[in-house]
Amino acid sequence: MIAYQLSIFAENKPGRLAAVTGILAKEKINIRATTIATSDTFGVINLIVDDPKRAQMVLSKAGMTVNLREVLAVLIEDKPGGLDRLTQLLLKENININNAYGFVLESRERAVFVVDVDQIEKAQKIIEKAGFKTLDADALAAVEPFHYMKY
Amino acid sequence: MYWEKDIETMDRDRLAAIQLERLRETLKKAKKSSYYSEIFKKIGLDTDRVNSLDVIGEIPFTIKDDLREHWPYGFLAVSKDELIRMHSSSGTTGRATVIFHTAGDIEKWTNLVARSMYMAGMRKGDVFQNMMSYGLFTGGLGFHYAAEKVGALVIPAGAGNSKRQIQLLRDFETTVIHIIPSYALLLSTVFEEVGVDPAKDTKLRMAFLGAEPHSEKMRKKIEEIYGFKGYNSYGLSEMNGPGVAFECPFQSGLHIWEDQFFVEIIDPETLKAVPDGEEGELVLTTLVREGMPIFRYRTKDLTRIIPGSCECGRTHRRIDRIKGRTDDMLILKGVNIFPIQIEKKLMEIPGVGTNFQIILEREGYNDYMTVKVEVQKEFFAGDLKQLERLRHRIVDDLKSDILITPKVSLVEPGTLPKSEGKAVRVIDNRKE
Repeated sequence: MIAYQLSIFAENKPGRLAAVTGILAKEKINIRATTIATSDTFGVINLIVDDPKRAQMVLSKAGMTVNLREVLAVLIEDKPGGLDRLTQLLLKENININNAYGFVLESRERAVFVVDVDQIEKAQKIIEKAGFKTLDADALAAVEPFHYMKY
Repeated sequence: MYWEKDIETMDRDRLAAIQLERLRETLKKAKKSSYYSEIFKKIGLDTDRVNSLDVIGEIPFTIKDDLREHWPYGFLAVSKDELIRMHSSSGTTGRATVIFHTAGDIEKWTNLVARSMYMAGMRKGDVFQNMMSYGLFTGGLGFHYAAEKVGALVIPAGAGNSKRQIQLLRDFETTVIHIIPSYALLLSTVFEEVGVDPAKDTKLRMAFLGAEPHSEKMRKKIEEIYGFKGYNSYGLSEMNGPGVAFECPFQSGLHIWEDQFFVEIIDPETLKAVPDGEEGELVLTTLVREGMPIFRYRTKDLTRIIPGSCECGRTHRRIDRIKGRTDDMLILKGVNIFPIQIEKKLMEIPGVGTNFQIILEREGYNDYMTVKVEVQKEFFAGDLKQLERLRHRIVDDLKSDILITPKVSLVEPGTLPKSEGKAVRVIDNRKE
């Protein structure tokens, strides 16, 4: 399954991230993960949210420059070697990772690793064939309850 | 004291008579160019019957766009094989404005710059270091040949490479330099770095400050640092280059060589002449040029005629230091840049949005330009590398056109002032 990452072009100055999170908070859109890549005077804010299409719409409406990018959200085990199993697989298949980040779903149980790769369909097939589960936007939104059930 | 005493101190009546005679010659020559032959026909000017300098007022103004539209040979008044050199202005949009010179033109231009340098006080025996770029730009070669004509030892150092400049200056005991004022300030910091005091540890005694308008305050500062006299030098490539108007030792205005140029100061709005002493746009007519005579060229430079005579005894009137421009041309490190050049280049690059802004700043003694560019919304693919590539391409493309490496920062669409109407495209934060 393919997931979506929300990318927002922003100048590297105070208040830009706050502007994004402000809008998403008002729209009750939940952020699952975020990374920021900066280059000198500008950067890109990457977000995994529970409703990427609606998030794109509301942020665009507010005048922001937004792109919805296809990524793979791979479910991995939250234990030593969990991520390594996945990255070794990608290396073996010579798939290059442009950007990657992760977040824990259930501590010491499961985590999600988000990878932005060039040949996304090919990568998806390989990953799933190796027994990994990939999540789409709905699944990403739905895993949340399990997380809370732990408490 | 004078290079050509007779010409430099000629009484005004005789000067006017010579101007009329030269105007007649120039009109006859210009008639051979396709551009002016058509103009003269249109206004019904009989070049054989010119009895007054007032005729000039009947000829329409010539602007940079005319030179561009009739590029390259529309203004040529001689056959191509009479030409021995071309020069081109530094600030260009698309097509460069090119000026062609015959052997006679080069000889007269060289003599005029020599006259100017001699007036300021350079002599045979001086060591002259020319810190201007050689090439299409007129400041390098124009001064080079003139300094040789005066009899100075010329060091054709060219622009930049500050440590080598200082080395040359020390090794060969340079006495006179030709330098862009902003570079003079920058160079002073390198002097400090290498532990040389330009005022005490060198033989420098004077400088020609040119290619960039500067204030009296800035001149004083440069003179103080270097312990020499700095003479304001004015020219533009369309009127040969340097040698149009220079300061004499009294440093109170620039004598404009009226035996070679007919001078008008006009109100840039009404295009009517303004009285002496009042500020306006300088308009020049060449009186001795053979290859490319130009009538009533609008320099876009703002100045005024300084009323009264000069203590030096020269009768050629003086113009004040250039106050500014009537167009939006900006000058950075001696390079002329029009915002439209930047706009044209930017709009050719995929991914660039509609608005941009040019910011000029001075950090210490270093001037630089930042161009803020809006990114097109549709271009953004969520990828930082793609943005970085765009930024590099903008830097490279602009550099190839304006010859200066700008800083480029990409900004979000809709964050810069709109381009409609009179948007503030240029913010000049360079302070004295």
